[in-house]
Amino acid sequence: MQCVVTGGNVKVLGKALHSLSRIGDELYVEPQEDGLALRSVNSSRSAYACFLFAPLFFSRYSIPSGLNFRCKMAIKSVLTVFRSLATLEKTVEKCHISLDEQKDRLTFTLHCKHGLLKTHNLSYQDSESLEAVFDKDNCANVFRAQPRVLVDTVVHFTTSLEEVTVTVSDERMWVRNHVEDDAERSKAMLTELCLAADEFDHFAVKSHNSITFCLKEFRGLLLFAESTGLPVSMYLDEPGSPVVLSVTDSVLEGNFVLATLSDDHSLHKSNRGADAEQLQPPDDFMNDDMDAYLIAMDTSVAPGPSTADPPTSSLATSRKPPAPNYRTRTYSEEEENGEEDPGRPPDKKFRSLFFGSVLPPSPQMSTQPVTTQEVLASDSEDETEAE
Amino acid sequence: MPLSTQSQREDEQYVLIANLDNARNLSNILKAITCKDHAIFTATANGLKVTAEDCKCMQANAFIQADIFQEFTLKEDSVVFQINLTVLLDCLNIFGGSSVGGSTALRMCYRGYGHPLTLFLEEGGVVTVCKINTHEPEEPIDFEFSSSNVTNKVILQSESLKEAFSELDMTSEVLQITMSPNQPYFRLSTFGNSGNAHYDYSKDSDMMELFQCNKTQTNRYKMSLLKPSTKALAISCKVSVRTDSRGVLSLQYLVRNDDGQICFVEYFCCPDEEVEEE
Repeated sequence: MQCVVTGGNVKVLGKALHSLSRIGDELYVEPQEDGLALRSVNSSRSAYACFLFAPLFFSRYSIPSGLNFRCKMAIKSVLTVFRSLATLEKTVEKCHISLDEQKDRLTFTLHCKHGLLKTHNLSYQDSESLEAVFDKDNCANVFRAQPRVLVDTVVHFTTSLEEVTVTVSDERMWVRNHVEDDAERSKAMLTELCLAADEFDHFAVKSHNSITFCLKEFRGLLLFAESTGLPVSMYLDEPGSPVVLSVTDSVLEGNFVLATLSDDHSLHKSNRGADAEQLQPPDDFMNDDMDAYLIAMDTSVAPGPSTADPPTSSLATSRKPPAPNYRTRTYSEEEENGEEDPGRPPDKKFRSLFFGSVLPPSPQMSTQPVTTQEVLASDSEDETEAE
Repeated sequence: MPLSTQSQREDEQYVLIANLDNARNLSNILKAITCKDHAIFTATANGLKVTAEDCKCMQANAFIQADIFQEFTLKEDSVVFQINLTVLLDCLNIFGGSSVGGSTALRMCYRGYGHPLTLFLEEGGVVTVCKINTHEPEEPIDFEFSSSNVTNKVILQSESLKEAFSELDMTSEVLQITMSPNQPYFRLSTFGNSGNAHYDYSKDSDMMELFQCNKTQTNRYKMSLLKPSTKALAISCKVSVRTDSRGVLSLQYLVRNDDGQICFVEYFCCPDEEVEEE
């Protein structure tokens, strides 16, 4: 096997390896007819990632016909070859990958500027085939967004956060941190973001689902997408079915398949922001049992947003700021405000974050409308004054 | 200057007085040879030589010529003492390591055998006096490395070597250096847990300032002994790599200090074992 990667693609390859290292400790290498496949899986087999580099990605891609070769190696050893991405970009002109089956070695040779040649002979082990079974085409919900939108979303969650819950409705996607059990809920900081359909390049929802998956692996994909600027596609199905995240361009395809918490598990725990089963206007957060923990940034009390009609139609006509709009409970108010007062700062701000531990947990952790609850998020006029 | 208020009478008692307007010109170079706690100071008319050793097979020397100092007075032919290098560096950096507050001026005085080394450090009008105990100097190893016995020599720009050293596989116990008039010319190799790695510098590389290799030689050196040399590499602009017929390695680093003056750092290392061509 002989592959040669030149120029900027060396850095892309390095980035892919760094992303794969966020999934598991081992790298599975399989040269195929349709390209070089690099895969990784985590120890609990709940996250899988695969990058397929088409022959055109390489300036030379020759594998002996009928080659049936698969190997795995410690991903750390491969990362030493591609350790410093900045250096890769600046000094590496060409990367040559070749296989020596006799000596069980995979050789990476980096031809660098100034006549420097770096040769890494890495030992590998034979491995079983590693391929996850997933079907993107049959997923109920398909989205595609620029990586910046998603990166700006996950940045609001702490790096220690394990899981996020993504809930989708016809026009919105909510992303919130997932808190394991009810006891912790009262002590945890709860963060929820809402992304509108217009922030996505493609937003097609067939079923209003809410899924929970691991954030760390999601970030691994975003790492790659952000540096290459490739849009990220998300394929969501029901809870329990894996979520698939992909990046593609003409010469490569990356797929991250992450397991999601299954239905019975999430029913007890999750808060459906806009569950299809509940009869409520799509924008109304009032039925969210996170309500028990709401504190508005300003403390004025005014008739709540539930009285306002969700301006779903105005979405399409609203101005599109370059940065994503993090709309929360006060979405409708901000939206109006934005139109009325161009002097205000852009919408990207948290008007109300969900803070825990101030109000005692409500005895009924259900999604009943909480009409008796004090309204904590005020409407637009009051907020302007409070500003 | 506050430091010059020292009375003349006191000055006469010192066998060594060395003044530096910028103590960093000394501390930066001493940091580059720190591998053990103590070091041997040898002062001669040429200047100051500071020696640190490890395991009796590696030696690091820093040379600060007399003309780097604003004043360098020596009353004897040579003055030698051993001192705790870590403590000395802490004192030299007593006003903090940053250059924001201006530079620290140094006056180093030594009365002779049995006396402590006295440092007067001044910055922004504040003077600190440090007295560090000196010890009986151990005899530094003489590697008997002579220029006439050099088999292979290359001079490289530090830039490219820095990259290689920063990427060295630390799971490898040895660093193997191959120098040859033929391919691969100049090669650094490691043998770690995941496999081996080779860094080859072509003799035609524009980073290669001098290439004089007469005989193919491959030698291995303990990684733990050579890794500290990365500090000297980091502050240098050029490095000369020489091996003699026994495989003893000499690394000489050309260092430019804050004021653009040149100092040298030198590392000697004994080979781990003789290795024939791989």
